[in-house]
Amino acid sequence: MRFQEEYCDPDLVQGLAAALDREAADLIAPLRLMEVCGTHTMAIARFGLKSLLPSQIRLVSGPGCPVCVTPVGYLDHALALAADPVNLLTTFGDLLRVPGSVSTLMEQRACGADVRVVWSALDAVALAARHPDRRVIFLGVGFETTAPTVAAAILQAEQQGLDNFFVLTSHKTMPQAMMLLASDPQLQISGYLCPAHVSAVIGGNAYLPLVERQQVPCVVTGFEAADLMQGILLLVRQHREKQVRVEIQYRRAVTWQGNQRAQQLLEQVFEPCDAPWRGLGVIADSGLRLRGRYGRFDAACQLPLTLPTPREPDGCRCGQVLTGRIDPKDCPLFGTVCQPETPVGACMVSSEGSCAAVWRYGIQ
Amino acid sequence: MCLGVPMQVINVSDETIIAEIDGVRCEASLLMLSEPVTVGAYVLVHAGFAIARIDADEAEETLRLMREAFGGEGSA
Repeated sequence: MRFQEEYCDPDLVQGLAAALDREAADLIAPLRLMEVCGTHTMAIARFGLKSLLPSQIRLVSGPGCPVCVTPVGYLDHALALAADPVNLLTTFGDLLRVPGSVSTLMEQRACGADVRVVWSALDAVALAARHPDRRVIFLGVGFETTAPTVAAAILQAEQQGLDNFFVLTSHKTMPQAMMLLASDPQLQISGYLCPAHVSAVIGGNAYLPLVERQQVPCVVTGFEAADLMQGILLLVRQHREKQVRVEIQYRRAVTWQGNQRAQQLLEQVFEPCDAPWRGLGVIADSGLRLRGRYGRFDAACQLPLTLPTPREPDGCRCGQVLTGRIDPKDCPLFGTVCQPETPVGACMVSSEGSCAAVWRYGIQ
Repeated sequence: MCLGVPMQVINVSDETIIAEIDGVRCEASLLMLSEPVTVGAYVLVHAGFAIARIDADEAEETLRLMREAFGGEGSA
């Protein structure tokens, strides 16, 4: 398809790889470049890009998979809601097999819970309209790309006067997490490949504070092989030129201002809050909660439950994988007890998880 | 979850489009786009919403810059 195939052209990718080889040759120190987008993680593995990179450049995966950074306690809340037969849970498919403390949504469904996979949050609103005798609860997980779609669904439910539609929110915003990781001297991040679709919403300008405060180069990068190679090349050039700035490689879809309609939806329905990230702990102002006006749609407030303390799976090192501290293969569970069929941690479950990427495409 | 897909618009109605990639069609909401879209245009679709239009001029410019980076001619 147009806007896809031409960016996977092997000659183009090889040409960019040769340019990278030349330009990285006289780098004073090796670069650790972090991608913070699950689709980037998968694309880098799928295209085998690490094998094309010069030895001075190391790519590490950050917390770019929304399912993977969702704390176990959130899953436990969803699982407890699913246990009530009045409740009809709706979710995107990737959450189904993520382990909570004792079970998964898929296992609950096998035991009779009504858990349905939807393509869009609007489908959940339609289900609520069709089932006035049920409580339809949408599991709102995702970054700035997904949160506006949930905002739109809430506004639609309000417009339709539905009183049986709820959202259990765990939305997160990316720049705050990137700021935290960039300030960690142990991680030594020398540049960010900024997430593509998140940036389509928040715009390139959203990374200006990160660049100013942490002096870390940022390039908003697309998903095809040549996009990624060019994004890496632009980061290398910033280092060579001793520049630190935000650049947009993915210009065909991302602007400096971002999608203002989506930003308005976010602003209208959500407000920032402190949020817990698996592997990173609580990060100030990195989450989104419903504004008071929309409190009647908030499952956490309207359907409160007392839950036992969540339990992380024994031996699981997702937290360190998510922050680029270890590679998936360095986790003792990887490929032994933790496999896609029997995942222990979320990074192996999600189609965007780092462990799933390494399992599927091999170690490069 | 963040899996956005570039798709071509094949039908436009009030608040939704039908978009297609590799023969797969899906409906997507236009609630997140402020500019109008037309049949034949390309959009990024994420979780049932069109989240961005793909700008053909910028797409060409990106390819030009890529080739410039290594002095290649390439095709496309």
